[in-house]
Amino acid sequence: MAGGQERILRGRIRSVQATKKITRAMELIAASRIVKAQQRVAAAVPYSEQITEVVKDLAAAGGASQSPLLAGRDVVKTTAYVVITADRGLCGGYNAGVQRAAEGEIKAGVLKGADYTVIAVGRKAEGYFRFRGYTVGATYAGFSDNPSYAHAKEIGQHVMDLYVRGEVDRVELVYTRFISAGSQEVVQRPLVPLDRATVAGGDGKGVDASGVAADFEFEPDPATILDTLLPRYVEARIYAALLNAAASEHAFRQRAMKSATDNAEELIKNLSRIMNRARQDSITTEIMEIVGGAEALGGETKKVRLVDVAYESSN
Amino acid sequence: MAATMQVEVVSPERVLFSGEATQVVTRTLGGGEIAFLPGHAPFLGALVESHTRVTLADGQVLDLAVHGGFVQVSGTTVSILSDQAELADQIDRPRALRAKERAEDTLRREHDAEAAAALARAHARLNATGGIGAAAGAH
Repeated sequence: MAGGQERILRGRIRSVQATKKITRAMELIAASRIVKAQQRVAAAVPYSEQITEVVKDLAAAGGASQSPLLAGRDVVKTTAYVVITADRGLCGGYNAGVQRAAEGEIKAGVLKGADYTVIAVGRKAEGYFRFRGYTVGATYAGFSDNPSYAHAKEIGQHVMDLYVRGEVDRVELVYTRFISAGSQEVVQRPLVPLDRATVAGGDGKGVDASGVAADFEFEPDPATILDTLLPRYVEARIYAALLNAAASEHAFRQRAMKSATDNAEELIKNLSRIMNRARQDSITTEIMEIVGGAEALGGETKKVRLVDVAYESSN
Repeated sequence: MAATMQVEVVSPERVLFSGEATQVVTRTLGGGEIAFLPGHAPFLGALVESHTRVTLADGQVLDLAVHGGFVQVSGTTVSILSDQAELADQIDRPRALRAKERAEDTLRREHDAEAAAALARAHARLNATGGIGAAAGAH
């Protein structure tokens, strides 16, 4: 019956309204977190800039380090991909973008006969690669929206360990770089081994042309400093990537939730229209029935018909 | 006015301190304590856990606990990069005391690199907040 349809529509509108409240709340939360995440990205810049500078100074001073992190392998057999995604969904194409980029890279490598291992950061990456039967090494989760340096350190130590032990010959970072609140891009950056190009590339500016180092005094010798410095440098790179990813995640989530809220509004509008029409239809039908019934009673006077209606409604 | 230099103490998460100073004392790996005055020759060093002191331009001394890292002196700037550094007023002294006792306890029984590192960190924290000697009576 018409009245039943109206009730169903009312229920649907209520449920869409509830969903809209949730998406709206998530949108606002994400929006406020973008700002915080952006500040953290900015706060990490001085450290990574300075550590890059120190690495350059040391390299220029001919710190002929024997650090295994600097020595590239002649034959790159196994590549470790550190894939940074979110722990949760509801953030549009954020996770999918990173996963697709990493998967494409892995497939291309496999075609050439190279081996790989996935180091999944964030629950979504882990689920994605495990489900599809990829080799997943270590996994890290639980901090994608608010990473700390300790997390970067943990990941860094693990990948450097893998590299030094010879289990992998190359480590690549795949994450989403935060350019501004309106634009982010999925990037892939080589992490280990560090070569001059890697050091200069960083996550910021290129190396300046001068490259002339002042005559530094070193304590202890340059090689030892470099050996302790390089792990920190790798960690700082990972930390920067984690922060970029977190800021991007919030930006993606905000956009996704904004369009979800807009869609919910649209849906509510359409459903309300349909509901109003249904209600109007049922009222019209009812009136028609009453009128029809009264007519059927045999063309009585106006007065009788009025009594009839009053009787119906008081019932 | 005495010559000053720009001093920056930077951790990965933020800039802890940035300002003008007349002297910085810290401790390098294998080299012992070292002081930098304005005009120091370019210098690069790896640091160990230490109580680092920065004498500000107005004569005040800023105490820090620096747990490893690097120091770079170039031109008129001294930068201390540390993945773990704390200003004295952010240090939880009772907690550092407890950590010190725990580490000493462990070390009495066995040699443990982690405990030794924890002890070094506790010492740096205690020194930065009044010294280890004062610690004995304060608790």
